[in-house]
Amino acid sequence: MNSAQGIAFQILQSVFVVLAAPLLTGWVNQCRAWLQNRSAPSILLPYYTLAKLFHKDAIFARDASPIFRWTPYILFGCMWLAAGIVPVLATGLPFAPAADIIALVGVFALARMFSALAAMDIGTSFGGLGARREMLIGFLAEPAMLMTLFTAAFISGSTQLTTIVDTLAHREFALYPSLAFAAVAFLMVLLAENARIPIDNPTTHLELTMVHEALILEYSARHLALIEWAVAIKLFAYMTIGIALFLPWGIANAGDWSALPYAFAALAGKLALAGAGLALIEALLAKLRLFLAPEFLSTAFLLAVLGMLTHFLVKG
Amino acid sequence: MGVLSSPLAGSLAVAVAWLAIAVAGLVPAGNAAFARRFAFPLGAAAGVALAAFGLQAAWLPAQTLTLPLGLPDMPFHLRIDPLAGFFLMLLGSVSAGISVYAAGYFREEPSGRLTLINLQYHVFLASMAFVLLADDAYLFMVAWETMALSSYFLVITDHQLPAIRRAGFLYLLIAHLGAIAILLCFGVLHGGRGDYTFDALRAAQLQPAWATVAFLLAFFGFGAKAGMLPLHAWLPEAHPAAPSPVSALMSGVMIKTAIYGMVRVIFDLIGNVRWEWGMVVLAVGGATTLFGVLYALMQHDLKRLLAYHSVENIGIILLGLGMAMVFIGFGHPAAGVLALIAALYHTLNHAVFKGLLFLGAGSILHSTGLRNLNDMGGLIRGMPKTAFYFLIGALAISALPPLNGFVSEWLTFQAALQATILQHGVVRSLLPLFAATLALAGALTAMCFVKVYGIAFLGRPREPADHSPLPHAGDAGRMERYGMAWLAAGCFVLGLFPTSFLLILNRVGVSLTGQGLSEQALAGSGWLWLVPTSAGQASYSPVIFLVVIAAATLLTFLLVRRFYHGRVRFAAPWDCGYPEQTSRMQDTADAFGQPIRHVFGPIYRIERRLPGPDDAEPRYTLKVEDRHWYWLYMPVARAAEFVSSKIALLQQGRISIYLLYSFITLIALLVFVR
Repeated sequence: MNSAQGIAFQILQSVFVVLAAPLLTGWVNQCRAWLQNRSAPSILLPYYTLAKLFHKDAIFARDASPIFRWTPYILFGCMWLAAGIVPVLATGLPFAPAADIIALVGVFALARMFSALAAMDIGTSFGGLGARREMLIGFLAEPAMLMTLFTAAFISGSTQLTTIVDTLAHREFALYPSLAFAAVAFLMVLLAENARIPIDNPTTHLELTMVHEALILEYSARHLALIEWAVAIKLFAYMTIGIALFLPWGIANAGDWSALPYAFAALAGKLALAGAGLALIEALLAKLRLFLAPEFLSTAFLLAVLGMLTHFLVKG
Repeated sequence: MGVLSSPLAGSLAVAVAWLAIAVAGLVPAGNAAFARRFAFPLGAAAGVALAAFGLQAAWLPAQTLTLPLGLPDMPFHLRIDPLAGFFLMLLGSVSAGISVYAAGYFREEPSGRLTLINLQYHVFLASMAFVLLADDAYLFMVAWETMALSSYFLVITDHQLPAIRRAGFLYLLIAHLGAIAILLCFGVLHGGRGDYTFDALRAAQLQPAWATVAFLLAFFGFGAKAGMLPLHAWLPEAHPAAPSPVSALMSGVMIKTAIYGMVRVIFDLIGNVRWEWGMVVLAVGGATTLFGVLYALMQHDLKRLLAYHSVENIGIILLGLGMAMVFIGFGHPAAGVLALIAALYHTLNHAVFKGLLFLGAGSILHSTGLRNLNDMGGLIRGMPKTAFYFLIGALAISALPPLNGFVSEWLTFQAALQATILQHGVVRSLLPLFAATLALAGALTAMCFVKVYGIAFLGRPREPADHSPLPHAGDAGRMERYGMAWLAAGCFVLGLFPTSFLLILNRVGVSLTGQGLSEQALAGSGWLWLVPTSAGQASYSPVIFLVVIAAATLLTFLLVRRFYHGRVRFAAPWDCGYPEQTSRMQDTADAFGQPIRHVFGPIYRIERRLPGPDDAEPRYTLKVEDRHWYWLYMPVARAAEFVSSKIALLQQGRISIYLLYSFITLIALLVFVR
């Protein structure tokens, strides 16, 4: 693989993730509507919403500081970076060694910190409430996420996501009990981190229960559009991390153009299934009380730790 | 040999220069301008020189020097090696920023007080340099005690306030408990043979049991100074009591000398590290990390909150040290050196960002007179520059990439992931759990600094405008800003170019254990890439990281501007249909900690009083306290009082009784000593 080809792959993947992310959100919404016996909106609806928001005039509160102004762009930049690190279509991308799984968790933490700060910037009571809840969920989810990733890192002996995926994709098919635990833990973290039922409800605007919506209450127009878009990329990134860790088969090597169509098809199929699964989970579960979130996420943490211990037991 | 070519002579010259500045401040007594214009800036320049000498020493073999001072037969021995050089660099570079800041911060100080502060401040700096340079137990203890005393006097600068006198006393008490343990540790190492030079202590062949006693004494003694659990109680009392530059110096640098002492005594003097010791250090470190951050989340006094974060960060450093001891104890020095590097790198990083944060807190205090977060709000408008520097510090301490806190936590994680090479099954699976503790602490720190930053700098002032100093708050002065800018730049340099420091720390590791990082690690590392083990296992490039994130952010901004528009209208915040919202309805610091109180309730001692349904004057009170006071400190204090009240019976006040005591003593001596 020469470096020009690798960079081409890198750019292709980053742009692809950014552009395709709202489609996944649209698909999840469509599936959920079907499951709820509603007539489903178009799968392209998120794009229309973004276009509408971009054309509107932005409204700022009078007290808004530069942090409030810049946060949407920073969020979008963080998610764009994440889209570049995760092996979505191919492994061995030239940018991948710059940040490993720990740095990836760091990127999400950076985005979370800025969105919480921006929420507190205006000085309304809802902003503070949202920031506090978001950080609560964040500190519960982060250790569980790291433990899940560490389990995979122990199996492959590396914290590079691309090396992990290479190892897992090119092994002979074997059951790793540790990965089974890790997969369940990861799913729980994914639900929490992406403001999904049962931790948060992406469609609610009820003061008592909202978390993510309370954070972005003051945003409008293009800033809101950027945040919504960043949220879509985050969901996409999480889904592809999950796919990369637990169902990596079919991924291409950077520079291998012939494998690309196959990688596309495999990814589309897996994402369609994962999106439908997410909609099913959201249709079947009810939102938990906020103070049940610690129980939910500590279960995830314990499952991840169990997975790691299982790995040591089976290996040692 | 010229001073410049010898880092030892240079460092000694800097220490002497600090002493000279301290004394010179006394001569033009009553002239506060001298301290402001010359003493503190000169002290800062000396600090920069010391950092350069320390850096140089890290690359040279150890140098020694004997001073013709001290007791007869016990001259002072000095030595500089990579470990001392690294810590001298920390002391010099961090104190330089703090001294520049101090030149601005003390501008309204009355001259008498300022002369004293100048004296104690520079004696404090010099004593820390001597602690790092000392090569015999005698000089070490002299410098150690000078450090404790000078910092004690700095803590009680505002001695008119009883609370501050109490804080100072508690500090002095625990500092001396620690000093006794250190002294005993040197005694055990000495074992009645030879002299007290570190060379002689190093050469001592201890039996395992005695080595463990020496380890426990050193761990306890230095831990008391570092603020590890459960000896941390003085830290959140004493650090906030001092003037802010001194708080920064104590939290940033002084507690690091305790880490230096721990590494020096355990890895160098005792040697033959055992893995069981490492497990003790890990357990204490894990507990310190969690308790520190959880208590920090409960604070609403900004400086107390920062002091609790120092406790937490000492815990993180201890986690690294403990892992290093476990790996070395099991015979894996390469992994051990990696963990040691992580711990020492975090030591440097914490010094820089905690110094910066304390200085920021000082500027807030200086310009508004406030320390209570619940009274603040919206400071970013009056103090935008301070707000910017504080944000850098807050992001760095929250271990967010690409700043420096992330690098050292990343290295600690990498060290924990080396656990697979251990043979002992239990230890192997425990190590990643300590990494999980670190992850939890990091995320909690982020929450805590969202709280600090969101409540102090963002939002709106919580008190009505006519009561509050906030609307008139001006930004920090020029010298204060230079000091903060220096440390903020440090956060970036340490975060973006970690490899050069990794190589210095590798030298430290080689000088302590005889081995360094693996060949692949050194081959893979360049200024761009940080590779702790091998390129296949892990790598991180903060520069690329920053460039990509900045480019993506900027590109997004330009694209949005290009294809859409930049129109903005301003309006009142949306009130959700409740028009009666006031700025007092914002979250307070205590409200922000409410989920933590809920989740981690049993850790705290909470007294909460809710108003009844028909109270005429409803009041809500909440008090969250440190449980250690109740199960550890109060019983010990009561026992001490009980014992001393019994001993006080001896004190009769009649000369005949005292003569009787002398008589009995004489008889006893005649019986026992023949």
